[in-house]
Amino acid sequence: MAVTVKPQQIALAVSTDPMLPVPYRVLRVRRETSDTFTFEFGSVDGSRFPFAPGQFNMLYLFGVGEVPISISGDPERPEILVHTVRAVGTVTKSLCKLKPGDIIGVRGPFGSSWPVVEAAGDDIVIVAGGVGLAPLRPAIYHILNHRGEYGRVVLLYGARTPGDMLYKKELAEWRGRFDVQVEVTVDAAKPDEWRGNVGVVTTLIPRAHFDPHHVTALVCGPEIMMRFTILELQKRGLRDDQIYISMERNMKCAIGLCGHCQYGPNFICKDGPVFRFDTVKEIFGKREI
Amino acid sequence: MTTLERLLAEHPFFKELDPRYIQLIAGCAQEVVFKAGEFIFREGDPSNKFWLIRSGKISLEIFAPGRGPIIIETLGEGDVMGWSWAVPPYRKQYDARALELTRALEFDAMCIRGKCDEEPKLGYELFKRFAQIIGQRLQATRLRLIDIYGSHS
Ligand SMILES: Cc1cc2nc3c(=O)[nH]c(=O)nc-3n(C[C@H](O)[C@H](O)[C@H](O)COP(=O)(O)OP(=O)(O)OC[C@H]3O[C@@H](n4cnc5c(N)ncnc54)[C@H](O)[C@@H]3O)c2cc1C
Ligand code: FES
Repeated sequence: MAVTVKPQQIALAVSTDPMLPVPYRVLRVRRETSDTFTFEFGSVDGSRFPFAPGQFNMLYLFGVGEVPISISGDPERPEILVHTVRAVGTVTKSLCKLKPGDIIGVRGPFGSSWPVVEAAGDDIVIVAGGVGLAPLRPAIYHILNHRGEYGRVVLLYGARTPGDMLYKKELAEWRGRFDVQVEVTVDAAKPDEWRGNVGVVTTLIPRAHFDPHHVTALVCGPEIMMRFTILELQKRGLRDDQIYISMERNMKCAIGLCGHCQYGPNFICKDGPVFRFDTVKEIFGKREI
Repeated sequence: MTTLERLLAEHPFFKELDPRYIQLIAGCAQEVVFKAGEFIFREGDPSNKFWLIRSGKISLEIFAPGRGPIIIETLGEGDVMGWSWAVPPYRKQYDARALELTRALEFDAMCIRGKCDEEPKLGYELFKRFAQIIGQRLQATRLRLIDIYGSHS
């Protein structure tokens, strides 16, 4: 039977002490791009890992450090924990060298989630840029697992080049479905390696098929990409309370204690990372925040 | 209303344009179809036409010596292709190629310029719309220059 996880039902899955990492073993590694890898983990004691789409874990690499990484797997397959990591600095570069059998520490799941339950009955437009597709993938799985509960579903994804795209096989599968509009675009490409769209992801929004009065938008990517995406969605007539974004800041405790992830009056680790845009619009994009 | 006038009025580029003007410019337009792979124009060609795309997909390409052709933009349903007819030196700056079967409304730019001279209010309306398109393309180009997908999510 399918397991539907509602955000409010989520408890800390791996430990009763949220500061204590629990050991997880690498089961499989898939190379997505030259610097991004997807890892499947299984708990050492065989326990399951329920989470809500949009939540993140703190991944701890012994002797190196700990980083927040979104969960990118299927919420209805809690026996496997999936993370997609782009190597950018000390910890993520070391994480990307993990091999099957290696052990890491996991704390979580933490934070708020995409409103996939609340959005039932609405059209859904998902806009992702670069690695921003990873935190959205669990929401996509949920929506496709419960396809009948939603109106039109649109996925718009932008990457720099065809080689920078995540989840190519799945994107092709979703494209093949008659009940989802999937549009992928890249910044530039050679005609012999790419038959799709070329242009920034915001240029796909005017052409997407959804009802602006009855749609929920889920947006994830670098802040600058989200800023211009929101502008285009507003041009289509969406109100700020129909738009959800996922924010990133450096983190330490991930449980609202240390203040490292402060974002205006919010802590991203517990009030976010997913925010309804009207609740953060006064601080979104401000230089000093 | 003729079929051509109806097609013009339905295209987003002419949204809410006075039906009188639709009638006027319909005389400069014709329906065209491009087969997949067909070049619509080449870099350096005189720019004496523009198109409103009704369906299909077109790539704008630049040929870079040593690197071959690079697609810099694709255009599809609802888009306008070509604004170099409006500004000197009236030459195409890219190659344009249909990526799939594409239906469009093709305009004779000389004819349009003539109508705009006769009816300056129509000219003002058209140039306002083209300015908006050029602004959008410029903004999209700037976003690509700053690499909005960044090195981080
Ligand atoms: C809630 C949340 C979810 C995340 N989900 C993912 C995910 O699914 N996959 C993924 O690959 N990454 C994700 N990240 C980003 C990831 O946490 C950072 O890339 C990581 O912390 C960098 O640590 P590092 O030690 O590798 O790099 P460092 O050595 O700390 O930094 C290297 C460089 O990257 C910059 N940097 C560090 N963190 C960030 C950041 N968050 N945004 C922008 N620049 C940064 C630093 O300023 C520095 O220039 C997420 C972050 C948050 C807060
Ligand atoms: S990371 Fe400590 S308060 Fe958010």
